[in-house]
Amino acid sequence: MLKIKNLHAGLEDKKILKGIDLEIKPGEIHAIMGPNGSGKSTLASVIAGKEDFEISQGKILFEGEDLDDLAPEERAHRGIFLSFQYPVEIPGVTVTNFMKTAINETRKARGQEEMPANEMLKQIREKAELLEIDRKFLSRSLNEGFSGGEKKRNEIFQMAMLEPKLAILDETDSGLDIDALRVVAAGVNRLRSKDNAFLVITHYQRLLDYIIPDFVHVIHDGKIVKSGTKELALELEEKGYDWIKQEAVL
Amino acid sequence: MDLKEKLLASFMAFENQVDIDNPVHEIRSEAIRNFESKGFPHRRLEAWKYTSLTGLQQVDFSIFPKESQGLDYKDVKRYFLHETDTYKIVFIDGIYSSYLSETTHDGVDICLMSAALSKPMYRPIIELYFNKVASGEDSLTSLNTAFTHEGAYIYIPKNKAPRKPVEILHFATGNEAALMLQPRNLIIVEENAELQVIERHQSLTTNEVLTNSVTEIFAGKNAIVDYYKVQNDQHSASLIDNTYIDQKAGSQVSVHTFAFGSKLTRNNLNFYQDGQHVNSVLKGVTILGEKQHVDHFTLVHHQQPDSESHQDYKGIYGDLSTGVFNGKIIVDKIAQKTNAFQQNNNLLISDKSSVNTKPQLEIFADDVKCSHGCTVGQLDRDALFYLQARGIPKREAEALLMYAFANNVLESVRIPALKLRINKLIADKLGVRLGFDL
Repeated sequence: MLKIKNLHAGLEDKKILKGIDLEIKPGEIHAIMGPNGSGKSTLASVIAGKEDFEISQGKILFEGEDLDDLAPEERAHRGIFLSFQYPVEIPGVTVTNFMKTAINETRKARGQEEMPANEMLKQIREKAELLEIDRKFLSRSLNEGFSGGEKKRNEIFQMAMLEPKLAILDETDSGLDIDALRVVAAGVNRLRSKDNAFLVITHYQRLLDYIIPDFVHVIHDGKIVKSGTKELALELEEKGYDWIKQEAVL
Repeated sequence: MDLKEKLLASFMAFENQVDIDNPVHEIRSEAIRNFESKGFPHRRLEAWKYTSLTGLQQVDFSIFPKESQGLDYKDVKRYFLHETDTYKIVFIDGIYSSYLSETTHDGVDICLMSAALSKPMYRPIIELYFNKVASGEDSLTSLNTAFTHEGAYIYIPKNKAPRKPVEILHFATGNEAALMLQPRNLIIVEENAELQVIERHQSLTTNEVLTNSVTEIFAGKNAIVDYYKVQNDQHSASLIDNTYIDQKAGSQVSVHTFAFGSKLTRNNLNFYQDGQHVNSVLKGVTILGEKQHVDHFTLVHHQQPDSESHQDYKGIYGDLSTGVFNGKIIVDKIAQKTNAFQQNNNLLISDKSSVNTKPQLEIFADDVKCSHGCTVGQLDRDALFYLQARGIPKREAEALLMYAFANNVLESVRIPALKLRINKLIADKLGVRLGFDL
């Protein structure tokens, strides 16, 4: 589904990713872990198409198609979803209206009819229930005055509505208490299927107790320095990141 | 002959048409003398630094409107808020159209300035209010005063409220190559009375129009007045709007200005608080493109203690458009416990658009709360990426963010149909369909 080959990317004056290779197949959950500043969030943003970053080398293929020339919305239309670490507040646009716009723009781009209003409402109700989101919450302005937990839950709600092929969760666990974490993880697990895939980016192992990854990669200084199964996450939790850093130097 | 000379010469012809024995005529004569000595404002004046009227003065405007063949309702329907749910005072090329209007004398007077000036029964009111709050110093106001003849006259007596809003509409049909209009409105809302007004100037062709409008609003004790100015005109139309508001104790007056462009617009909006516990609200949304220009020049004069004013102007400037916000707040020495807030935020969405924003605070009282803030910026790139990552194309995403930016100004619009209309105008103006009713 996703193939990243020797990806080098960064800001104009700063190299951040220095040769990432990664392959994700349908049905898989990959976790990317690493210390602060290692390039985790940059990788997420680059896959989603944030224009601030420049790719200097390598490529990202999604279902065989080079993403390089595609705008963020075109990547979304192809089924890539990024759950933001810091969701943006949009006063005056309700969660419901935002969702309607996002879904119908995506359908339009795919050459589909707009979703009928009653179907939309049904979907919104179902998915809100899945994430234990109060109905009142849906008529509030998007992210405005939301708590950290509400913002993250709202991100996963949007993911549930948009049903992406590849969902990238960028530090979805940060700012969540344990109850919210459980709800979010349960939501993610309910949405798992053999056809979709997840890339879970996190600093801590905690989230991976609830969302069990098939593969864990450790990123350091813009490179994947170690890959393994979920046991690697536990090892990191125990030993910290210094161990990886030292190993990387060697 | 330049425009000033033409206007001075025309005044003599004007005197032959109107009743010069009317006491108002003395005011007219005095006003033309003020205009003659001052002439049009120029950019050497601090208040006109960013707006030039030089180009307009080269145009050979017709001063006296000719009666046109009239308009069919269906052709101008879209400029009205509602077919039946509003009173309407409609002018075509400066001349009252009884066919398109719906006036009333049922407990309130919603009618014409020309009638109020000529009928003896209105004389006491005219003498009490006419030209009492409008500036005698401002040359363009004087020019309008000199040619006072037609406009809207609204009188809401104590404890009354008309059962629906009033629309004041001015259409220009292009029956002259270039036409100058000078409507004069007088609006009196007595103690505990209420009124909602929507004012719009609309040119229907690309012939040049210059409107120099003066509106006086008197809000009595505890009166509530909401005034909405919808400015979305042709690129050949220019508007100089001079609005003066006198507020007595406990009154609440709001003016919303939706400046969606014309060739040149200057809004001189003046609030005079003449009582305690007065609330003045000045809000504006400006969305411009091409080479359009809007200059908002506001004054709030706090003359009594314990009162408030809230100003919130948002501007979105594209293409080569230019904007000005100059907000002056004066707090007199006796006006203790004044709360005066002023906010002006601007988005520049093209490299070639510009805005000049200037707060001017003159505070002579020591126990007051005054705050002002202005920003000039671009759309937040992170926010844009967020929307795009949800599948919303860049153009729509930009529109959504711009809408969100301007949105809080719409929250205080108290006529739901108007709010919806303005929402749609904003979406139109931004050139997108947002996919839902905002």
